[in-house]
Amino acid sequence: MVSQTTKIMIVVAALAALAIIVPNTNSFVILLATRALAFAILVMSLDILLGYTGLASLGQAAYLGVGAYMTAILATKYQFGLGYDFWLVVVFGILGGAALAAVFGLLAIRASGTYFLMITLALGQCVWGLAYRWNSLTGGDNGINLRQRPKFGIDLANEVTFFYLVFAFFAVSLLAMYVLVRSPFGRSLTGIREQELRMKILGYNTWLHKYIAFIIAGGFGGLSGVLWAHTAGIVSPENVVLTTSVDALLMAVLGGAGTLVGGVIGSFIVFGLREYLSTLVPWWQYVLGGVYVLTILYLPSGLMGIPERIRQRRLASSNKAADSKKLAAAS
Amino acid sequence: MNLNFWIIQTFNGISYGALLFLLGSGLSLIFGVMRIVNLSHGSYFMLGGYVALTVIWTTGSWALAIPAAALTIAVVGLVMERLFLRSDGFESVRNALIAIGIAVLISLAIGGWRTFAEVNWMQFIPVAAVAAIAVFFLLGRISVIAIEADPLRQVLLTVGFAFLFQQAALDIWTGNNFDINPPPALTQSIVIGGVYLPLYRAFMIAVALVIGLMLWLVMEKTRMGAAVRATVDDAQMARGVGVDTSRVSMFIFALGAFLAALGGVIGGAFLGIYPGLDFEILPLAFAVVIIGGMGSLGGAAIGALIVGLADNFGKALFPEISYFTLYAPMALILAVKPTGLFGRE
Repeated sequence: MVSQTTKIMIVVAALAALAIIVPNTNSFVILLATRALAFAILVMSLDILLGYTGLASLGQAAYLGVGAYMTAILATKYQFGLGYDFWLVVVFGILGGAALAAVFGLLAIRASGTYFLMITLALGQCVWGLAYRWNSLTGGDNGINLRQRPKFGIDLANEVTFFYLVFAFFAVSLLAMYVLVRSPFGRSLTGIREQELRMKILGYNTWLHKYIAFIIAGGFGGLSGVLWAHTAGIVSPENVVLTTSVDALLMAVLGGAGTLVGGVIGSFIVFGLREYLSTLVPWWQYVLGGVYVLTILYLPSGLMGIPERIRQRRLASSNKAADSKKLAAAS
Repeated sequence: MNLNFWIIQTFNGISYGALLFLLGSGLSLIFGVMRIVNLSHGSYFMLGGYVALTVIWTTGSWALAIPAAALTIAVVGLVMERLFLRSDGFESVRNALIAIGIAVLISLAIGGWRTFAEVNWMQFIPVAAVAAIAVFFLLGRISVIAIEADPLRQVLLTVGFAFLFQQAALDIWTGNNFDINPPPALTQSIVIGGVYLPLYRAFMIAVALVIGLMLWLVMEKTRMGAAVRATVDDAQMARGVGVDTSRVSMFIFALGAFLAALGGVIGGAFLGIYPGLDFEILPLAFAVVIIGGMGSLGGAAIGALIVGLADNFGKALFPEISYFTLYAPMALILAVKPTGLFGRE
């Protein structure tokens, strides 16, 4: 078993390597990494629900949508958030995501399992419907183009500077979520995932715990949306469509649910496959579909779960060897 | 906004509801029997339309296209259910299929071929064969953890298939928009009291009525139907008293795919068939199932009617928030009564 300190050191080293290597590559890779990091915040927020609380949400893209549309509308209609007031937009985005989650959570938290999937799907579709149809506010199917990125002392139009900004937000989010899941509150979430009834009997208000986790996830989703809007330069119904929510789920499962960093790995793999492969071959979607099928069938604990599975396999085979030795000695 | 407006919109709403019934009833039964959230149901709808197009192009017969497409997709659904949505039985067939798929992609990538049209088969086949055998043995060493009890994994697996189907449809039928043209006899309008009503939409309602009646008869009057109802209510108990729930699942999944494809052929005349149709129609099917209650046929019928009317009137009366007026009530119903309006506890 690798100790917790070693694990943290590995993650810190990997992030440092990312921060050093990416800016020295070409602009294609920089943009790809920026996208993956911005989206990874959403995936990690989903992992708090999925991996730590045991709630699989099919509508997480809604919170990304709120943050992204808020940013785009403020920037294009009111010229707001393009200078130092960008930081205000960040706060608004987080509050907007959290507020939406606070409303949706009231409806959704009572349900569990399949019904939770379905109700979050319905809620996500509500947001998609508004984004798609409310032309005067959201630009409908065409979405909203953001013509410029914020400028405050540093110019975010520079892709390397912007990468570092997103990276910083990502690192802070990762740290905050890590502290959250290791806190007593996070421990009780895990308890709810494992045995909700037992937690209730112990006197925990499990509904409130789940509700708060849902709101926190929504807040991080909103933050991810603010960053996404400036990363992509366009916000459209495509960002809140069902498949975006499903993508986030797959990324969390592919990396390994309940690990936080697994979602980041998943995000990089899926974005890498989609953006890089689609420039090479027209049949890239077979690979994406294949990744879904293979992950779900053969790798349900995700990439982060591989060492554990190998260890168990070794344990099983060494037990078998010991047994057969005993048998040989007996006979 | 006179009386004619209301009559025409109501008629359109009901006929759209008829189409949604074909799509939603299968989804509802699949959920009720297997507790599987099938996100590739929209793909069956789209693929049904595409297969029908091929049949029409080769034989010129629209009437032949309907059963041909529906049966083809029923087989696709059957294979998918038996091989992938259940973990035990046919493991080696499943592994072999996946191995072949991966091997084809690997050899395309190694050969630097962008499409099948460029492939040099003399090189392709040996590379693919070696890769397939290697992957097959690798997969055989990985134990598969049962997927039945985990709704999340089912969702993601069916989404994966939806992506595969989408790409396959793109490769086979290109990315163009197509219309399925019904015979001219059905494209006329009938005039009732000064209101022009398209005959084709009346035909859609008739088809849904006939199918609904047949489904009801099968469910209520036959032995298979009784087994299905028992499995919806309590699968474990049904197994206990000797119902072959595995056969029931296969039957229901194939039936669901059949109905969805039928909807695709019939709906293709006025929705068109195009890439992306699958994920556009899917949430509507879920709305039908959720409002009506999962696993209930009557619920699906009423849910389809409600969604069809709400969608039509929403688009006509408040275009800016039309989808919101559809999905917000759906979320509310789920929050208040998770089993839907007519679902059983």
